[in-house]
Amino acid sequence: MEIRSMHFKARAGQKLTDVVLQQNLKKGKSKFVDMRAQAIVEIDDFEATRVAAKVLRDRTLDNLDLWLEQFERQATARGASVLWAKDGAEICQLTIDIARRHGVTKATKSKSMLSEEAGLNQALEAAGIQPVETDLGEYILQINGNEPPSHIIAPVFHKSKEEISALFARIHRRPALTDIQALTREAREILRPHFLDAGMGISGGNFLIAETGSVALVTNEGNGRMVTTLPKVHVVITGIEKVIATLEDLSTLMRLLPRSATGQSISNYFSVLTGVKQPGESDGPEHLYFILVDSGRADMVGGDFAEMLRCIRCGACMNHCPVYQSVGGHAYGWVYPGPMGSILTPLFTGLENSLDLPQAATLCNQCGVVCPVKIPLPDLLRKLREQQMERRLRPLVERLALKAWAWLAQHPRLYALGAKLGVRYLKWLAHDGARNDRIRVLGLAPEWTLGRDFPAPEGKTFRELYTSYAARKENP
Amino acid sequence: MRVGLFVTCLVDMMRPRIGFATLKLLEDAGCEVVVPQTQTCCGQPAYNSGDRAGARSLAEKLLAEFEDCDYVVAPSGSCAGMVRTHYADLVADDPALARRMAALSAKTYELTDFLVNVAKFEHIPGNYAGHPINLTYHDACAGLRELGVKTQPRALLAQLPGVTLSEMPGAEECCGFGGAFSVKFGEISAAIAEKKCDSIRATGAAAVVSGDLGCLLNIEGKLRRMGDEATRVLHIAEALTEFAGES
Repeated sequence: MEIRSMHFKARAGQKLTDVVLQQNLKKGKSKFVDMRAQAIVEIDDFEATRVAAKVLRDRTLDNLDLWLEQFERQATARGASVLWAKDGAEICQLTIDIARRHGVTKATKSKSMLSEEAGLNQALEAAGIQPVETDLGEYILQINGNEPPSHIIAPVFHKSKEEISALFARIHRRPALTDIQALTREAREILRPHFLDAGMGISGGNFLIAETGSVALVTNEGNGRMVTTLPKVHVVITGIEKVIATLEDLSTLMRLLPRSATGQSISNYFSVLTGVKQPGESDGPEHLYFILVDSGRADMVGGDFAEMLRCIRCGACMNHCPVYQSVGGHAYGWVYPGPMGSILTPLFTGLENSLDLPQAATLCNQCGVVCPVKIPLPDLLRKLREQQMERRLRPLVERLALKAWAWLAQHPRLYALGAKLGVRYLKWLAHDGARNDRIRVLGLAPEWTLGRDFPAPEGKTFRELYTSYAARKENP
Repeated sequence: MRVGLFVTCLVDMMRPRIGFATLKLLEDAGCEVVVPQTQTCCGQPAYNSGDRAGARSLAEKLLAEFEDCDYVVAPSGSCAGMVRTHYADLVADDPALARRMAALSAKTYELTDFLVNVAKFEHIPGNYAGHPINLTYHDACAGLRELGVKTQPRALLAQLPGVTLSEMPGAEECCGFGGAFSVKFGEISAAIAEKKCDSIRATGAAAVVSGDLGCLLNIEGKLRRMGDEATRVLHIAEALTEFAGES
């Protein structure tokens, strides 16, 4: 997908005034946040389960190559082919090659974030293969000119029912419907023939299980099952970091994933797909391919950002993020929004292509405390900020101001003088005749006063006042 | 016990009265309070901006100033959290220094956490004679999530007979301040603050109280810009001294 993360701030500004988005964010937030809160108390010891999930994810990530080899052996033994893609271009090429090998002209798709990273739909179309998104949200985005998703779980989080109704009427050439169930039924009617005549199904994968060579799929719509069982070819596209050791590990993670994502005890559909259709079996693909993707992940192993590889893509971090909840997903400019996106986008697409993202966080750690695999997201954002400093990717004025301030703070007498003069200046700025308790326009930090006042200081520093207080105490 | 008061740079410049209220509470709790005169800042602005070297030099400075105290107390969960949870990481490459830093971290407390859990301050002296007052409490992020400050300020407020607490929805949600975030992304920051202010106003409380001045300046600035001149914005140290009355 095209990277537009350099424009975070400008886009965020537009999103703040997007009425539909703001309404949806408000509704969606209380739904996601409240339902998660209710769902996690069903587990006797949620915290211990998080720790267990962290440990089991780290166990495979610490020896990722060995576990991937085991996965490859097991999957191959069950008739699947395991292919490796180093980047998005290779994902597209491998997928097109598979389609051509099997004479496929149409592919149904279940949700795959990796295919979003790679821009797979556009590549398939260019190669004469028709991709059909079948997740309802992804379908809506596809027929709206391949619009990018704004949330990893709820891709059309930003759209209103009315917009979707108008879109359906325009694309399907049918009368506009207003009822959500009727709209869904219409999409099903449109999608059904595609399910039946597609030669290939493309899905993502929530987890890869090394001991059995299986892929686990967590979905809420029946489309995932149809995409992975009806066509004779099934292609799984997922990241190399998704491998876990055992089915037992899968059960631990499944206690956390749906609860953290949507507040469900279990998703409507949960599939563990293993191997190709065997003699005597009634369904399943004749050909199963895994395209396991690096795209920047291997470089993270063992490094400063290794903990990010634990991510199971639940979206809890964005659901609880005050910034995401104010600006929505499109502002972030690439596939992954919210705190996880502010870390993954710079790592996968280059720090220089997303200068705002590591800075666009209050470091409140709401994300860190809800993360089901205990990723210290604020610490990782801070590490990216350190890299920005080291690589001089922050504006010169900001770097100089920080240096000057840090130097001053090392020299208490000058610091005291600076603070004394500074607060008098601010106090003077607040002087407007009527009230002297606030600054309406602060030239030193103009962004502060765009949307709020800056309360005036008292006028003297604690240090000054304490010196006279201490003197009075000595000689009352 | 000898307690070093770390005033914090923001209180020093913006609200000295919070520093004096803190001093009074610590003395009322029976502490011998020292205020090292060379103190400046804990280094968090540098740390969060990616300047580790700058943060480290200020961490070492603070260590030298406060190492001989039994405890270090700050009227800020953010600054106390910086010392407690991040200082050791800054000097991890120097084991001897890291040990000293770990000792400093272990004895550094946010004010209400210290008053409740260390000083066991169970009777705030006073003779408050004003009208009963209804407050609401904003849980500042660093205090809450780095230090576990949640029940401590509420337990202290509960000692004051004139005070009732009306909890706001989403009391644990960020107010949008975020240090430099508030001036780098002013519009987003103010939009987050607006939601917080709506929650505060929905309680009908006469004042919002919190433990971090950064949040309070953000909230006060937003309330006033929204046209709310009535809701008072108070630091927990101010609330605890004002609504205890004269002692």
